[in-house]
Amino acid sequence: MTMLSIEGVHTFYGNIEALKGVDVSVETGEIVTLIGANGAGKSTLLMTICGRPRASKGRIVFEGRDITGTETFEIVRLGISQSPEGRRIFPRMTVLDNLQMGAISTDPSYFTEDLKRVFTLFPILERRQEQRGGTLSGGEQQMLAIGRALMSRPRLLLLDEPSLGLAPLVVKQIFEVIREINEQQKVTVFLVEQNAYHALKLAHRGYVMQTGQIALQGTGRELLGNREVRAAYLEGGH
Amino acid sequence: MAYFLQQLINGLTLGAIYGLIAIGYTMVYGIIGMINFAHGEIYMIGAFISVISFLALSAAGVTYVPLALLVVLIVTMTFTAAYGWTIERIAYRPLRHSFRLAPLISAIGMSIFLQNLVQLLQGARVKPLQPIVSGGFVLLDSGDFEVQISYLQIFIILLTVALMAGFTTMINRTSLGRAQRACEQDGTMAALLGVNVDRTISLTFVMGAALAAVAGMMVTLYYGVIDFYIGFLAGVKAFTAAVLGGIGSLPGAMLGGILIGLIEAFWSGYFSVEYKDVSVFGILVLVLIFRPTGLLGRPEVEKV
Repeated sequence: MTMLSIEGVHTFYGNIEALKGVDVSVETGEIVTLIGANGAGKSTLLMTICGRPRASKGRIVFEGRDITGTETFEIVRLGISQSPEGRRIFPRMTVLDNLQMGAISTDPSYFTEDLKRVFTLFPILERRQEQRGGTLSGGEQQMLAIGRALMSRPRLLLLDEPSLGLAPLVVKQIFEVIREINEQQKVTVFLVEQNAYHALKLAHRGYVMQTGQIALQGTGRELLGNREVRAAYLEGGH
Repeated sequence: MAYFLQQLINGLTLGAIYGLIAIGYTMVYGIIGMINFAHGEIYMIGAFISVISFLALSAAGVTYVPLALLVVLIVTMTFTAAYGWTIERIAYRPLRHSFRLAPLISAIGMSIFLQNLVQLLQGARVKPLQPIVSGGFVLLDSGDFEVQISYLQIFIILLTVALMAGFTTMINRTSLGRAQRACEQDGTMAALLGVNVDRTISLTFVMGAALAAVAGMMVTLYYGVIDFYIGFLAGVKAFTAAVLGGIGSLPGAMLGGILIGLIEAFWSGYFSVEYKDVSVFGILVLVLIFRPTGLLGRPEVEKV
């Protein structure tokens, strides 16, 4: 069943057209990845799903419901949660406060249970819970960003470059957790990455974005084997 | 020594009033990064609403003072809060995504508009109010000088402490307070998590206005006369208090308010009553030159 379908979406920043008619679909239960170079429009697409900025043309449908015009703060209540570009941890709030912010859209009676689940995924957060977000290391901030996104009990999790700037060992750990979230907690994942190798290995399907358009798509395995993808995103770095 | 003590009491009372107004400046600055120059007028409107409700109550025959104070407090906070909400709605929200100076100019316009509105509706003459709470204690009698603290001063200081304590708890412990802090640090992220940022900003204005209303009511009781122009000076002084404490910092606004009250009282007591406003604005200049982040403010640089 299609969970999220993005149909012919155009998005502008002022006069600059950042997305030029993008079509992407995510099926329930999948991990779908979107790879592409810097400035291709990947993060814009994730933010457009949440209505910031709004799509100027096209449609975004989530579980059969058109959400193109839905207010940003209402989208999380429909079951979509985002860990955005740059993580955007609240730097002057404690780890616990950050996680409580993640749960602001849910019934408070779930809180203890959800907090325990996040602490099981990322035990370091439990030890750091009284520390201010801004004092965490990059990897810990990333864990907090994902944990915070999970606190809203999403059915669809949008992750923007969770591996950015992290040590290889931490990247591996984060990708392990993403798989766990998908397999055990049955959360559908739409993952934006520059780390194409890890992302394509993890994902069921992938899209390649170039200058605001989808250039290629296929299963993770297909794209990993694709000559263009190898040449543009994989060779050399890994 | 006795004289010093007396000025200390007077300064604390004054500082409590400035502190309550300063909270409104600092909270609005924290959440949308603008100085709400119409905030002094909100306080002035609070003072007028409290005079009107005191007169209405005495006309209705309510003579029991604690009841009258409570009713006036609630009425003043409610109506003034409605003013705060409305101002944000019509003068600031439409300019939210405009250039940075636009809401500031709008705020100055709003301030002039409100002054003139009250002048038109209530007249330009000062409005007197009969003393409602009188009497007090003599704390110290050193022969030629009596140190007094009036019941009204006790009322003002205690009510301020209670409001500030309640308010700090609200910001630090409740989910509304948490949402406010989140909007302050990253509004887009707060919206992604499900916070209605516009509503949170509205509530911030409502709270700031309610506290300024209490200050307006206190000043009405304390001085017994008000006019349509009192908002300007009190507003600029409370703004100074917010800057001194560190604009954006809640404890800073409270501390700044008390310090400004004390400075003004001691300056008037030991140097010159005529130049008491100069002392306050001198502080503003010094803080802006030597410590623009204020006493408890944080520097702009953040590790991200």
